[in-house]
Amino acid sequence: MSKIIPIGPYHPLQEEPELFKLYCDGEVVKDIKWETGYNHRGIEKLSESKTFDQAFFLVERICGICSTSHPFAFANCMDEIAGVEIPDRAKYIRSIIGELERIHSHLLWVGLAGHFLGYNTVFMWAWKYREPVLDLFEMITGNRNSYAMFKIGGVRRDIENEKFPKIKEILNYVKKKTDLLTGAVMDDPVIHARTKGVGILTKEDIISYGAVGPTARASDVAIDVRRDDPYAAYPMVNWKVITAKGCDVFAKAEVRLLEMYESISIIEQCLDGMKKTKEGDIETKVKEVPAGWGTGHAEAPRGEVFHFVVTNGSSYPVRHKVRAPSYVNIATFKKSCVGQTITDATISLAAVDPCYCCTERMAYAYDCNTKDMILNGEEILKLSHRKTEEIRKQL
Amino acid sequence: MLKDLFYYLIYPGFLFVAVAGGLLSFFDRKITAWVQFRKGPPLLQPFYDFFKLLLVKETIIPAKGSRITFLLAPVFSLFGATVSSVLIFLPLLGIKTGFTGDVIVIFYLLTIPSLTYIIGALASGNPFASVGASREMKLVVSYELSFLLVLIALIIKSDMSISLYDIINAQQPANAFIGSISGVILFIVAIFCLQAKLGLVPFDMAEAETEITHGSFIEYSGSAYALIKLTKYIMLFTLPAFIIALFMRGINLEGIGILWAILKVLAVVLILTLIRNTNPRVRISQAMRFFFVWMNLLAIIAIVLIFFGY
Repeated sequence: MSKIIPIGPYHPLQEEPELFKLYCDGEVVKDIKWETGYNHRGIEKLSESKTFDQAFFLVERICGICSTSHPFAFANCMDEIAGVEIPDRAKYIRSIIGELERIHSHLLWVGLAGHFLGYNTVFMWAWKYREPVLDLFEMITGNRNSYAMFKIGGVRRDIENEKFPKIKEILNYVKKKTDLLTGAVMDDPVIHARTKGVGILTKEDIISYGAVGPTARASDVAIDVRRDDPYAAYPMVNWKVITAKGCDVFAKAEVRLLEMYESISIIEQCLDGMKKTKEGDIETKVKEVPAGWGTGHAEAPRGEVFHFVVTNGSSYPVRHKVRAPSYVNIATFKKSCVGQTITDATISLAAVDPCYCCTERMAYAYDCNTKDMILNGEEILKLSHRKTEEIRKQL
Repeated sequence: MLKDLFYYLIYPGFLFVAVAGGLLSFFDRKITAWVQFRKGPPLLQPFYDFFKLLLVKETIIPAKGSRITFLLAPVFSLFGATVSSVLIFLPLLGIKTGFTGDVIVIFYLLTIPSLTYIIGALASGNPFASVGASREMKLVVSYELSFLLVLIALIIKSDMSISLYDIINAQQPANAFIGSISGVILFIVAIFCLQAKLGLVPFDMAEAETEITHGSFIEYSGSAYALIKLTKYIMLFTLPAFIIALFMRGINLEGIGILWAILKVLAVVLILTLIRNTNPRVRISQAMRFFFVWMNLLAIIAIVLIFFGY
């Protein structure tokens, strides 16, 4: 006798509408199906009606939490199309914003994971210590979220040299509090009991599902766009890719907690590097964007964000394609949740830090003249699978 | 007759434990807020919650499921909690009831709220509630044995008296049971049983907000849910009071004794609150193992120690 336990569309486990159907036999999850479509906003289509400058503000709003990762990838993409080399100072600023965002996003996840485990104290503490990071954002960008810092060829605002001591002071505070949180999470025997051996994704699973970000790194797959395809200031500073061998939820927490230290170290090095550059030199002027296409990616807190843009010489993109990390990470639920109890399945769902509004998409092909639908999403998917197969045969 | 009715309805029965339980619920929430760097609710918040549910909110009854069982379950849970509180508080306040063997009756009465939650949840016909009910069942089965062992140990310790009044008096004048090694061990076991009985973290898997969205209680709303909330307030006062009667010589309401009585209750609730704020929720299988293996083992060790006179 199996019953369906619906996680969603509205459920305390998720901040966003999404439906997971857990087919349960008693407490054990036998199968999982997921349905999207509650949160579709048509960003890709919308982007085609915006100029490149406007599109930055649009992609910034794809995700509320990692609101700089999409502009980051889009900026990398547009720089490639325009063929500009941005000044060092702009590179440093871009990296600083990206890393600060990683810190606040990981703190947010640690808090949420605590909440999902019923450990509300960790939830409140982590979010309290996230607050100074948001204040820091407000100080250097003017916004607590959606920072509007990126543009083609550089950044919009400079971080003045006199702000550096204050930034370092806040980072020190965050570091101290991260120590505290790391200690509290890593040494708690009950947290070990709840998260170790739960939601296991082996190295092979990660590779076959193509999972990215901390989800992959927790299974000892050292994949990180910042290292694999360097952009912004990452090649200019020393840092290492954090991996863990646990493959379970605990390993994912471990990777995220340790990554925060790396981020703090990157920001400190960036600030030191910025002192050698000229203040105000933050932009290479771009007069026009030539026709062509380009790709850009960035390592968001959840994994690789990928943007693909086709231009035709006008100031609007012809095609803008976005792939967010959750899009590939969510597919791993089939592996990590099936065979577990409901208790473990819910924390496994939360462990990849899914972001559904990034993931939502729909696709269909229609006739331009009659507006009739020619192919629906599934047929397009089949078509693309067939093409992939053909390409594989040719190789 | 009138006196009995007064005992049951006003003091130390329904009204007294409900008000005191509400205030304790405020205490629990305030301490939780302080631990979590929050401001916390105002003093009367539990009563606002209760009266809003009782008087303002509409009661929605699930279309599938048994209507009468669903609505009667909270009423019975309230009865169980109130009757057990009267039986506990009369001896605690020094009123001899002449009821020998009330410890055993109290033990059974204290399980009634849990059982009615299970019945109400199953009557609602909701899949989340059925998961919650099955978890609650497993939890009841696992902690009741430990709780029974604690009671047996204390009965042995107080020279085989099965009346709560005698158990309290066996601890007079100065040798409270918590003052001995076996007493401390039994107290630890009892605190964890209380945690499970009250459905607090780490043993709140029957409600587990982020997994099964308040499991057993998901379909309850309005006045039916108000009764469940009231039962929870009463249990939050009754169970610590029971522990105080069993381990800490009861209470003495003369002069400075009132302060001591309040401090004892607050101390026990504080322990419960701190446990619930410093632990994540455990799996139901882990909870069962915890009680079946470790808590029972501790209780049995305590019984052995009692035989050796510790």
